[in-house]
Amino acid sequence: MNEMRYFPREKLATLIAAIKEAGYRVIGPRVEPGQGGLVYCEIAGAEDLPQGLSDEQSPGRYRLVPNGSKRYFAWANTASAIKPYVFVPRERLWSVVRKEGRLHFEPTHGQAEKTAIIGARACDLAALALQDAHFLRGKYVDTYYRARREKLLLVAVNCSHAASTCFCASTGDGPEVSGGYDILLDELDEGFIVRVGSSRGAMLMTDFPTTAATTEQIALACAQGEACRTAQTRRLPDEHLLPRLMQNLESPIWDDIAERCLACGNCTAVCPSCFCHREFDNPALNGKTTEHWRDADSCFSEDHSYLVGEVVREHTRARYRQWMTHKLATWVEQYGRTGCTGCGRCTTWCPAGIDFALEANRLLADEEGAR
Amino acid sequence: MNTATQSPKPRVAIHKFASCSGCQLAFVNMGTDLIELTKLVDIVHMVEVGHVAPEDEQVDIAFIEGSITTPHDVERLKKIRANSHYLLTMGACATSGGIQALRNNADTAEWMRSVYAKPEYIESLSTSAAIANHVKVDFELWGCPVSVRQMLAAIRSLLFGVPPVISREKVCQECKRRGNNCIMITQGSPCMGPVTRTGCGALCPTFGAPCYTCYGPAESINAASFGVRLMGLGLSAEQVARKFASVNNAAPAFSEATQLFSGSAWMEE
Repeated sequence: MNEMRYFPREKLATLIAAIKEAGYRVIGPRVEPGQGGLVYCEIAGAEDLPQGLSDEQSPGRYRLVPNGSKRYFAWANTASAIKPYVFVPRERLWSVVRKEGRLHFEPTHGQAEKTAIIGARACDLAALALQDAHFLRGKYVDTYYRARREKLLLVAVNCSHAASTCFCASTGDGPEVSGGYDILLDELDEGFIVRVGSSRGAMLMTDFPTTAATTEQIALACAQGEACRTAQTRRLPDEHLLPRLMQNLESPIWDDIAERCLACGNCTAVCPSCFCHREFDNPALNGKTTEHWRDADSCFSEDHSYLVGEVVREHTRARYRQWMTHKLATWVEQYGRTGCTGCGRCTTWCPAGIDFALEANRLLADEEGAR
Repeated sequence: MNTATQSPKPRVAIHKFASCSGCQLAFVNMGTDLIELTKLVDIVHMVEVGHVAPEDEQVDIAFIEGSITTPHDVERLKKIRANSHYLLTMGACATSGGIQALRNNADTAEWMRSVYAKPEYIESLSTSAAIANHVKVDFELWGCPVSVRQMLAAIRSLLFGVPPVISREKVCQECKRRGNNCIMITQGSPCMGPVTRTGCGALCPTFGAPCYTCYGPAESINAASFGVRLMGLGLSAEQVARKFASVNNAAPAFSEATQLFSGSAWMEE
């Protein structure tokens, strides 16, 4: 099933057309001029993909630059990819109608449509597995999430280009995709190596003409993955060291971070594993019906820690500390691994340019110094 | 004249002080909800649409547009407060003093002499003040203009007998829920979202324009760090100060930020 096949670049349009033919709406990266970057949204076909563009990322900065190539995926990542298509940032969960003196509850179900996501990265797929662990775990499955998740087709693309903010090699989640895809692509100068990872992916590829990938093509794919790995300069401390963040809760470094942190919550919004949300009611003006909604929420907002009449984490210091210690330390107790897959989005999209991996290293170094 | 106890419907008044009337216009412009609203409440006073009741009219909910700039305003406001069960501010002027509060640090007497031929005929206070500087305010609705959706939600909550939920989170949260890329990160745009309160639905950044603080300060803002960040994008300290000195310049968190970056004060911090 994991046989490596090859098709020339111009056939990507055919593959996308076949996916649409199979009833999927196709989501992929597209340049949104007003937004100055790539946005994952519905695309008509391969012509919407960002051909000949690379990204330059650094703390607090993202730019697209022409690279003179014909490649579609010569960039690292975007502000968001899969997350908003499974954990929808604002959705109506149910509504209530008052009829004949009784309340009638109506869940919002059956709206999930078959959705294919083109261009998912290793960090995105690893983070999706974390979202699955949260929303699909045990007895209390989130049926809204599940409905969308079950209709998801994932066409992953191995990274050939690391941004300066990437550190997936140090979390063990990339740059090569290790699983969780339906179709996996390696983009070369002239075409794509393709592998299938599920029966759904295999079915789509049945009638799609490919040739066996040559040893040379496979070597090129391996080499660009390796180059992507060695190009990464940031790294997270080793996972076995991270629980020690919990022994360093009073470090002055938290104050130093809070001096820069804007408590805007952009990091949590772009983080592909963050799952926090809040619920609220939106009654109609006439008071006869109401809707119950769910919003993505952030541990950087005061409402998030409002408990029995009090905001528990009043200061930014406590909020940043909550976000980092949960992501890197207590997440392990909850889900068996950290919540960080090394995508670096929290660092690129931080308006204050706070470098998550760097701060984690500083905190652990400080802890060692204190002993 | 009816009193609150004689009417089956709750009574609402909308009062105007120093303002452009834009919040009242936003209210009038709400569409068919206005018809629904008039089934639920009696709007007994709203000059913009021709309902005029005296200030000692008893009402259940009073909305206040505009800031307090004259001694007469103060007297009128006190009467309104005494006769209203709930008093809510609507918009930037009523909630923080408005754009006209920029005069608060100027020499009012000197300005009066330079503008008016007979300044002795003008009765004006030396400041443009928020409603809360003079009377107790029960709930504040920010914005320039106010969000009618928030006004209706506040009325609906009060009719249910519960306090309105008014979020103080940052514009960024709503911007991200809308799936926008951050224009500060992708274009170096000096967007004020990270210090501005939500309520507009991230309207400006959604269309690629930087936020300019209509809804006033969000909770837990870090103006010092944010201002330095704006300077990193190429703004001068004076330009940063002016970013904070917009329609909500007199909101304490923003006036402190303006002071911090005015002149050379920021360098000594």
